[in-house]
Amino acid sequence: MDMNYTADELAFRDEVRTFLDEKLPEDIATKVKSFKKLSKEDHQRWQKILAEKGWYATHWPEEYGGVKWTPVQKHIWDEESCRYGVPRSIPFGVNMVAPVIIKFGNEEQKQKYLPRILSGEDWWCQGYSEPGAGSDLASVKTRAVREGDHYIVNGQKTWTTLGQHANMIFCLVRTNTEVKKQEGISFLLIDMNTPGITVRPIITLDGEHEVNEVFFQDVKVPVENLVGEEDKGWTYAKYLLTYERTGLAGIGLSKAALSHLKRLASRRLKNGKPLLEDPTFSQRIAKVEIDLTAAAISNLRIIASVEGGGMPGAESSMLKVKGTEIRQSISDLARRAIGPYALPFVEEEMNLDYEGEFLSDSDAAPLSAYYFNNRKLSIFGGSNEIQKNIVSKMILGL
Amino acid sequence: MDFQLNEEQQMLQDTVARLVRGEYSFEKRLEFSETELGFSADFWRQLSELGLTAVPFSEELGGFGGGGVDVQSVMTELGRGLCLEPYLQSVIFGGGLIGQAGNDNQKEQWLAGIASGELKAAVGLQEPQSFYDLNNVETRAEKNGEGYLLNGRKTVVIGGHCADVIVVSARTSGDTSNADGISLFALTPDTAGVERRTYPTIDGAKGCDITLNNVHVGADALLGEEGKAADVIEYQTGRAIAALCAEAVGVMEVSNDLTLDYLKQRKQFDVPIGKFQVLQHRMVDMMSELEQARSMAILAASVADSEQSDERRRVLAAAKNVVGRAGQFISESGIQMHGGIGMSWEYNFAHYAKRLIGINHQLGDDDFHLEHYASLLQAS
Repeated sequence: MDMNYTADELAFRDEVRTFLDEKLPEDIATKVKSFKKLSKEDHQRWQKILAEKGWYATHWPEEYGGVKWTPVQKHIWDEESCRYGVPRSIPFGVNMVAPVIIKFGNEEQKQKYLPRILSGEDWWCQGYSEPGAGSDLASVKTRAVREGDHYIVNGQKTWTTLGQHANMIFCLVRTNTEVKKQEGISFLLIDMNTPGITVRPIITLDGEHEVNEVFFQDVKVPVENLVGEEDKGWTYAKYLLTYERTGLAGIGLSKAALSHLKRLASRRLKNGKPLLEDPTFSQRIAKVEIDLTAAAISNLRIIASVEGGGMPGAESSMLKVKGTEIRQSISDLARRAIGPYALPFVEEEMNLDYEGEFLSDSDAAPLSAYYFNNRKLSIFGGSNEIQKNIVSKMILGL
Repeated sequence: MDFQLNEEQQMLQDTVARLVRGEYSFEKRLEFSETELGFSADFWRQLSELGLTAVPFSEELGGFGGGGVDVQSVMTELGRGLCLEPYLQSVIFGGGLIGQAGNDNQKEQWLAGIASGELKAAVGLQEPQSFYDLNNVETRAEKNGEGYLLNGRKTVVIGGHCADVIVVSARTSGDTSNADGISLFALTPDTAGVERRTYPTIDGAKGCDITLNNVHVGADALLGEEGKAADVIEYQTGRAIAALCAEAVGVMEVSNDLTLDYLKQRKQFDVPIGKFQVLQHRMVDMMSELEQARSMAILAASVADSEQSDERRRVLAAAKNVVGRAGQFISESGIQMHGGIGMSWEYNFAHYAKRLIGINHQLGDDDFHLEHYASLLQAS
């Protein structure tokens, strides 16, 4: 048993810190740390910096421009980048469709798409969920019918995160209605600029435009955009979901959010004293910090087992549940910390370039909206109920 | 023992229910919320024409001297519609403070108008440093000739943006957290030095922050005895808490109905998701929480107009604590069981969920009331 980093790992951590000290734009870090809105341009600017360093694609083989990090190195990166306020990478291209293309795509697809993901030329979004296919993803109905050199796609996707910025979408489509639902699904890459595609915003309860509906009406997609074999898409979809699940626990994000909460609680007053010294509130913070400590060690144990050649399995589902509950508790406490100021909803104060007077202060402005937004954590990436089903089936054998 | 409403109370509740059903569709509410006023002037007029704005006031003022249970009947129905009108702020809280503390002239000046709905009152008791403690007052009122000079800031004054009169607390003596030395003033917002910054709230209503910069008011603005307002504030806050709890019950009822409908309609894995036991149990928990909250709202209504006592204080603190916790549980569980749809602005559930959280930030959250209750615990 040794819970310390090796000398090499410590050296890597120093390298990460030096890089972030030098290269992370301050305005972007400030936005991330205070839960302000990031623009498409912010994401692209940071992605370029990462790509120049060769640190953008950490899951890819080196031959495609990836960097070979060990699980511990990835963990160090995650911890440090959250601490520094590095924007969460938009996963749909680099961490979702790319691993599928690398594993199941043909050479032509690899040559075409991977460099464009690295360079930021393509912004991908995910066409998985449909109005009738959420937890039961395999029941997707969006239909793709082969006609000569093309598929004709008709249907609707929903909850498409940042689809408004995307020029490419990877979709689960139904190519066969005669077989079991899992066996008639294909994995299609679709150019968002193809005629017949309409993107409609879904505004969420916090007033945010983050997700979209995407409609397909007689959309012509060249057959070379099919990944792997027709009707085998469910296998690729599941492979992708395991990538999606890693990192959903968000331990690093929770640590950063907890520091933010403690700073907040040291400045807000109750009975003339900082909230951090208030018995009730400090116990609430202490409880979530203790839970986070435990979850962080669980996370490390999973990482260490992968490092030793093991496979992360249903344990990551357990960690997703715990991790998202912790993140939600922290945003609940942040909202509680501002007391009556949780009520005002002043959208302009949530932008970093707001120059007017703050109702309370810059910290307080986004916290209610952020709390509501974070309700998504226990819903997306497989709802926490679905994760528990996975654990009870795969680990407990129930 | 009888928990049924009597005939008049039932009629009152039915009247409000009919009005809300007819006038307050979800789509209309979104429209009302986006207007400058932030609610429906027409609906407010109808409340007034039906005598509903006069419910808690005496017969001379056009009311029928309604008590806690009558107010509860109105508030629960307003809660069911997520109504945005300042009924709580004006009729219950503002009217209550003026009614208890005001002299005959002041009552004549304000109460008939508030009871008829012609005038709207709002209440400014919170300050940037006060958190939920209403005895924590830094705003100063200094004697100035015949009247007073007010300086300070009042924050998150719901309905303050459209109020004809705002009841504010200010310190005439004592230190920031002294109960002694707090006075109440009836302030008209057009008085020189009163500055309002209006904003929407997370749950769709409107409020404002009020800066008082050398605001000169006459002696006739002082409500009640100088420096002795803490008891009045505490008592009327209690009435407002009871009313807010009743509103919360209405919000929870609809939240649960919507969630239950969804569990029956939404199919995944070829069955309604309500067939899954884990969701069934969560729905049962939501129902139990609602019933706990309903019981406490009834108890709160029963003491709202009784004489002040530690027992009344305990009941009201307990009610707001239960309602705060139940509201958050129902809000979060409902969103979870709806999935993404529950977070969508275009679907009504999300707005019920937000109101339930909003209620926990009005008049003290569950932690605040837990501490208050603990401080009043009886030894045996």
